[in-house]
Amino acid sequence: MKTVTLTVKKEPELYLECETLTPDAFAGKKADEIAKIPAYQGREDTTLGEYFSIAGQAGASAAETQIIINGDCSKMKYIGAKMSAGEMIVNSDTDMYTGGWMTGGKLVVKGNVHSFCGLGMEGGEFIIEGDAGNYLAASYRGDWRGMQGGVLRVKGNAGSDICTFMNGGEVIIEGNVDIHIGTHMEGGKIVVKGNANRRVGGQLVKGEIYVFGNINVMMPGFKHNRDVELEVDGTKAVFAEYLGDLGERHPKRKGETVYGKLYLKK
Amino acid sequence: MTKVVKDVICPFCGTLCDDVEITVSDDNKKIISVRNACAIGAEKFNHTSLPGRVTRPRMRQPDGTFKEVSYDEAVDWTAKTLVNARKTLMYGWASTSCQAMSVGHEIAEKIGGIVDNCATVCHGSSLIAIQDVGVPSCTLGEVKNRADRVIFWGCNPAHAHPRHMSRYSIFPRGFFTVKGHKGRKIYCVDCRYTDTARCADEFIQVQQGYDYELLNAFRTAARGEVLPDTVGGVPKEKIYEIVEELKGGRFGVIFFGMGLTHTMGRNHNIDIAIALTRDMNDFTKFNIMAMRGHWNVTGSGQVLAWQYGFPYAVDLSRRTKARYQTGETTSVDLLIRNEVDACFNIATDPGAHFPIDSVVSMSKKPTVTIDPHINMSTEISDLHIPVAMVGVEVGGCAYRMDNVPIETRKVVDPPDGMLTDVELLTKINERVDELMGAK
Repeated sequence: MKTVTLTVKKEPELYLECETLTPDAFAGKKADEIAKIPAYQGREDTTLGEYFSIAGQAGASAAETQIIINGDCSKMKYIGAKMSAGEMIVNSDTDMYTGGWMTGGKLVVKGNVHSFCGLGMEGGEFIIEGDAGNYLAASYRGDWRGMQGGVLRVKGNAGSDICTFMNGGEVIIEGNVDIHIGTHMEGGKIVVKGNANRRVGGQLVKGEIYVFGNINVMMPGFKHNRDVELEVDGTKAVFAEYLGDLGERHPKRKGETVYGKLYLKK
Repeated sequence: MTKVVKDVICPFCGTLCDDVEITVSDDNKKIISVRNACAIGAEKFNHTSLPGRVTRPRMRQPDGTFKEVSYDEAVDWTAKTLVNARKTLMYGWASTSCQAMSVGHEIAEKIGGIVDNCATVCHGSSLIAIQDVGVPSCTLGEVKNRADRVIFWGCNPAHAHPRHMSRYSIFPRGFFTVKGHKGRKIYCVDCRYTDTARCADEFIQVQQGYDYELLNAFRTAARGEVLPDTVGGVPKEKIYEIVEELKGGRFGVIFFGMGLTHTMGRNHNIDIAIALTRDMNDFTKFNIMAMRGHWNVTGSGQVLAWQYGFPYAVDLSRRTKARYQTGETTSVDLLIRNEVDACFNIATDPGAHFPIDSVVSMSKKPTVTIDPHINMSTEISDLHIPVAMVGVEVGGCAYRMDNVPIETRKVVDPPDGMLTDVELLTKINERVDELMGAK
């Protein structure tokens, strides 16, 4: 695996859209070629070389390429969006759409991310060492496909509206979350190790939500089913199982109605 | 001799009352009296002849005062600002005609602007929900002629849409609603006892911020599932009772306003209200409608959606494609995050409605405001261009809150030499062409 190191040399005046900052776009390119890859600031067309100093060389394919980004990326959008393979390490905060629609590879952000990160993610591993904003692992506006697959781990807190329309994959939030978790969810698994504010699993069709801490207000459409002992992300404990959302439509399988499940650690 | 213009369309709110009668002077210059309109609508007409009206563009001077300039100078300054900016916010559009919007969007495409309308601080969240789950809706005519179960949820038409209740939703006698008010059951769901609640048969007081939970409880009850004892302060017996009454109606409609769109959860509140409407259609005919406020804001959504596929906050900065993401390309977020470098306001007053941080941000950027009146936005702008009032001094197409297009009528002449929105925007468009051709 070959490594390309990017260091921010100029902060964008507005916000820089760099969806081209992925192992896929870099594959097979040398530093001077990478510097010519386009990036955008409003309607102004610019290049990555304008904002980053670039060292090293990319591998022959995305899978053989590692990208390390240093410097302040808090005004840069779409970092690692749509990446399919390889590895990226960002030693900074990042702005919106980080890791959106990624299908493979590994993306590590050693800072906070803004909203809409991991949007519609299909595969790979995405680790956020700080906090995440709103709409984490949700769907793009109007789309009915949120996160489809892969693993997304947030070591800090996350905002509201996370995992909207999620239908696959796994999201682990080690801190707290705000309102609206897994709204319209049709599959996948959400683990919240801290507290959840309100509206957990509203309009939940299918899928599993685990909350280790408290939920401030429970949705009226959930009913207690039973207590079960489970091992969730390395923690073994007894969980209260709730079925819901009873106000929402639910599919049938082998004559049995399939409900969404909400587990609250006892 | 005065003359009377009948069937005038009111240019104030989304109800677009079409029965206003205006008496004008024989030279077609002055409005003498207004009949049938509500107090706010009448004031809108009377505004045209108020003393002190600005009739020529005003440019901010280094000492902070305004100086009158010609329309040509104003057009040139605006076009240069638009062409030099990397990302311009083009906000407003709600009090102008669809024809003006289409010229404005042409400019936005060329200069890579972001076109947003006042849905962004109003019913934008309804539009998000509609995009997510669709909407079973109807026209206001159907409400008048058929509705026998009417719910006002988080809205107060008694003050915001003063003639809505008398023309469509509570009092009128229609084809299948010959008993008028007596034949309808009116519900009002709100966190406080409003003047609309006074007209309702049933007032349901929901705890603030519990609309989503209460709507969820209605859905759960409609499916015959068990409920907790109270939801958002409403006892479960009441919820079951209301659900049965709604199921027993022939034609139901939910009208909702800012109480749902701008309280906790925003689009999710509308989303679940639409889901409840869909559920009720298993038992009877049920509809839902947003109480759109600002006159032609629905038209702006229609024109944008028809041209670019999105109803507001359309980002054309890449020029090859239209993008949209509320939270990113919406005016308030763009301004607070300093993501734009110029502002172009037309036919709406962001200065009065935006959070103060975004107004401060706007005041620091080159800003032009196109508006017939002096308002809070013109006072933080570098350039104020007055135009003729659409719906009073010039006609044009506008959309009612139920998405019905109505051609509005000209009543009086604008002041001498004053341009209309379409004329002004066409001039700016031509100047933008010249400047971009020279680049």
